[in-house]
This record gives sequence, C-alpha cells and structure tokens, in this order.
Amino acid sequence: MSELDIFLQQVVNGLTIGMIYALIALGYTMVYGIVQLINFAHGEIFVVGAYLGLLAYSLLSRIPQLASGGALILLPPVLIFSMGFTALLGMTIERFAYRPLRDAPRLAPLTTAIGVSFLLQNAIMIIAGPQDRSFPYLMTVKKVSSGPVTITNLQILIAVLSLGLMFGLHGFIKNTKTGKAMRALADDRQAASLMGINVNRVISIAFLIGSGLAGAGGVMFGMYYNTINFHDGYMVGLKAFTAAVLGGIGNIPGAMVGGVLMGVLEGLGAGYLSSAWKNVFAFFILILILLFRPSGLLGARVVKKV
Amino acid sequence: MITDLKPLSKLWLPLMLLAIFAFPFVDTNPYHVDVMVTTGIFMLLALGLNVIVGYSGILNLGFAALFAFGAYTYALVNIHWHVPFWIGLWISGFATALFGILLACPALRLSGDYIAIVTLGAGEIVRIALNNLDTITGGPNGLLGIDHPGLWFPKYQFGVKSEPYYFLVFVLVLGVIFFLKRLESSRLGRAWCALREDELAACFMGVSPVWAKLSAFAIGGFIAGLAGCVFAAKQGTVSPDSFDFVVSVMVLAMVVLGGIGNIGGVLLGALTLSLLPEFLRGFESYRMLLFGLAMILMMLFRPQGIAGFVRPKEEYRPKKITSPK
Repeated sequence: MSELDIFLQQVVNGLTIGMIYALIALGYTMVYGIVQLINFAHGEIFVVGAYLGLLAYSLLSRIPQLASGGALILLPPVLIFSMGFTALLGMTIERFAYRPLRDAPRLAPLTTAIGVSFLLQNAIMIIAGPQDRSFPYLMTVKKVSSGPVTITNLQILIAVLSLGLMFGLHGFIKNTKTGKAMRALADDRQAASLMGINVNRVISIAFLIGSGLAGAGGVMFGMYYNTINFHDGYMVGLKAFTAAVLGGIGNIPGAMVGGVLMGVLEGLGAGYLSSAWKNVFAFFILILILLFRPSGLLGARVVKKV
Repeated sequence: MITDLKPLSKLWLPLMLLAIFAFPFVDTNPYHVDVMVTTGIFMLLALGLNVIVGYSGILNLGFAALFAFGAYTYALVNIHWHVPFWIGLWISGFATALFGILLACPALRLSGDYIAIVTLGAGEIVRIALNNLDTITGGPNGLLGIDHPGLWFPKYQFGVKSEPYYFLVFVLVLGVIFFLKRLESSRLGRAWCALREDELAACFMGVSPVWAKLSAFAIGGFIAGLAGCVFAAKQGTVSPDSFDFVVSVMVLAMVVLGGIGNIGGVLLGALTLSLLPEFLRGFESYRMLLFGLAMILMMLFRPQGIAGFVRPKEEYRPKKITSPK
C-alpha cells in the first residue's frame, strides 16, 4: 500500500464513523438551537438506540423467514423499532426533566440532563448487563471497491442511510411548516410564540426527531463496530457534541459537516499517531479551529458590542 | 431570609465549627471519617469551580483537568525531589493557577458555551495525556509512593489514617471560604459581579473582562490545585481514573445544585452529592440510578439550587380584570 492509499483508507474509515457522529450531532444542535441546552443525556439516548436495535434483532431473528433475508429485510424493522422508541424516550425526557425548568437559570436543566444521563446509563447497565454485547452485522460484509483502498458494502449502507436521514431532516426544516416554526423558535422564542407558534409542541418535535436520529446512529454504530457497551454513550456523545460545536452549534448543515470532519480527523489521528492519541488529535484540532473561527465553521458570527 | 436569622447567626458559626471539630471524636467509624475527607476535597473543588462558573459566569466542563494537574504536580515534585507536603501544597496551588491561566487564554476569545467546549476538550486532552505519557506520569497505573504529610513539631506522621486528613481538609476549606468571602467584596469580586450582571455596562465602567476572567481561572485553578495536592498526599498514589469527565460533571452538578455563586449553597451541594451515594449504598446496583433520579428531582424542586435565591424580576403583570356585576 502506498502512502496515498493509507491516507485514503483512513479517510474512508473516518467518513463512515463521521456519518454516525453527524447523526448524533444533529440532535445536540437542534436542541441547543432552540432551547440553548447542552443535552447531556443525548449520548445515552444513542446507546439506548443501539440496545433497542439489538433487542429488535434478537426478537426478529427468531422468525426463520426473516432471519435468512439479510439486511434489506431485517434492517428496516430494527431501525424503525429503535428510532421510534428513542424518539418517544427523548420526548418524555424533555417533558418531565427539561420543560419544568425552561425559565429557570440556564445551568439548572443542564444539571437535570446530567441526572438523566446517570439514570439512563445505569438503567441500561442493570437491564442489559455491564459486559460488552455483540451486535450483528445484519448482512454479509463484502469489499466492494477495486484497488487497494477497502470500502465495504456496510460502509456504503451506513453512508447512504445517514445521508438520507440528514437530507430528510434538512428538507423537513426547510420546507415544512413545523420546520419553519423551529427556525422561528431558534431565532426568537418570544416573538415566535406571539405569532401563534405552539412552543411546547415544536420543542417536543425537536426532541422527538433528534432522539430518533440518535437511535438510528446507535443501530449503525453497533453494526459497524459489532460490539456495544452501556459506557459507549459517553465518548460518542462527547465527540458528537464537539462535532456540533465544530460546525457551529445550532446550525444544522454545520452539525453534518462537523460530524464528518470529526470522524475524518479521528481516523487520521488513529492512522498516523496511534489509537491512544487519536482523541487528543481530534480535540486539539477542535480548539485550534475554534481559535480562528470562534463560532464554529458554519456558525453565525455573533457580533460583540464591546 | 437571612436577616430573620440574625440573632441566631452569631451562635451558628461557632456551633458549626464545634460540630466539624467534634465529628471524628463522636463518630469513630473510620469509613465515615474517610467519606468526610472525600467530601471535603469535593467541597474544595466545588468552591474552586464556583469561582469560575459562579463568579465570572464561564461554564467550565473540564475542571477535573485542574484537579489532576494539582495532584500530579505534587506527586511529581514529591517523588523526584522529595518536596515535603507543606511546600508541595503551595507549588501545586500556584502551578495549577498558571495552568488555569493557560487554559483560559484560548477561552477568552470565545463566547458563551464555546468556552465550555474548549475546557471540555482540554480536560479530555489532559486525561488522555496522563494515560499515555508513560515515562512521566506512569500511564494508566499512575504514580506510586507519594509521601504522606507530616508535622515537624510536634513530630507527627499523617500516615494512612483518615482523621488527620479530615482536620487538614477542613482547615483548608475554612481558609478558602475566608479567602473567598474577602474576595467577594474586593475590587475583583465586584468586577465579577458587574460583568455577570451586564458585561456591556461593566466595560463602560472600566472593568476589564480579560483581566477578570483570567483571575477567575487562576483562583479557581489555585483552589483545585490545593484539592489535588491533598488528594494525592492522602491516597499515596495518583492515577488517571480519578480525574475523568464524570468528576468535572459531578463538581459542576454540586455547584448548580447548591446554588451558583453562593458559598454556603455550594458547600451544601458538595455535601449532598458526596453523601447521597453513601446513603444509597443499600440499593446496590440501583444506587447510581437512584442518584440520577434524586438529582433530577432536587433540581425540579429547587431550580435555583438549594441555597440559591431568585432575584425578583420586575415585570408588568396586568391585574385580573373583574367584570362589573
């Protein structure tokens, strides 16, 4: 393998995991854009999504006709099951843990978010056990590229699915009435509510969508790495959040760009430094980028009055 | 609220001090005393973070990095140059203050939650560096054989018992409280308050936000350095596990839960969150689950924190119009 091939291989691997980061980052950025809350529990919702996917798979694979069908048959119900439940979970969390504190000091909902995160993480540990659980590929993984750079059909599936979900969301925010309401809320909540927008409903929908996407990210993460643990939410959540900031928090295309970039940076860090230092590399680049673009890559420039 | 207690407050402080002093003599269970030492260290950390989050209003998500820096500083100077604890305490404090300033430098260019992310990233970098710089920090195993403190006169070695650390920690906590109380009403304290309330107006009055924020990181760092040094000296070992993100998050939760910017509240928050897991021990594997639940409920019950107060908001509220009969 030549230098270039190694580089390209790391980029391809980074892109795949970056897509998953981007999906999770979307949830962070949507919630932050609308309610200015760093939703610490989001990483945990992602893990719940992965475990729900595993649960759905183990239920479905008992039916022999389905089990032999491969990814095309198994994946849609697994994804829908996982996304549906995580979406409801996210909405419920917002209703009970964040909504009562919406007008409280800004750090109060952050603290309940930490509490929710502890609660979910330990609930997963108690229900599913503290050990690593193996996650099925759901398909036979094959190399589909010619040449020295390996691209598998799984990687393509992940990329296509993530891009589909991201562009779906983008279209939803751009074109539907609810999407417009979300943008209005992000701009000015009070003015939006005066225009007759049902603030609670729109915030609920934002949590619903963001958590659903995290659930999808969880299933894909499980398929890609084949093993899930109740602890995974911490690091993945941290990186997805970082990705959201990197792109400019509150900005939806920004979260996608940030997620993909974070994945690629991590891939390159793992390839050229060592896997132990890959996160240092990613965070270091993050700090550097923020130094030169203080509001993220695509974030709106906040003009300081002083 | 506080004014109602005026006659009591004179009695309150000595009684409190007496209770703190008497605790290890009344409750001789060494485990309980040990838990109180940990609580005291967390109180120091919460007080330090409170300077950054509460006084200057900067959200810091990587406070464990400062704690770690203090602990490793003492561990290194003690192991390599046999610096005694009482000098190491100052070295840790000042070195960590410098490190805090270093962390704050990139943060000053940023606004709001972007600072939080830089501190979070820095916290992770420090933790990973501690794990991987094997030759200096001993990697995941950490550093062993750190000297316990001792007194020259009367000659006394702290050793592995908890009681002497209990007194050491609480002397430090009281010293820091005294220092912070004085600080609150100093020029710097008033500058922080002004910046928090209205940055624009404060700047017009000649307050330098850069200077104020750097000082907050330095002072917060100094206190975290003291906490780290005591922690390292008590344990005799330091390892990266003790300084992960959960520590940063817990200390932040203590500050918020107690009441941001309020010294008494922050102490109460640290006490509550340190002791709660001990009281929940009977629930075994459900312990941390219930801990999370308790955190949510406490916050919902008192959004401003246990001891926080809400500044009444002046707002136009139309009176209810009663229709004439």
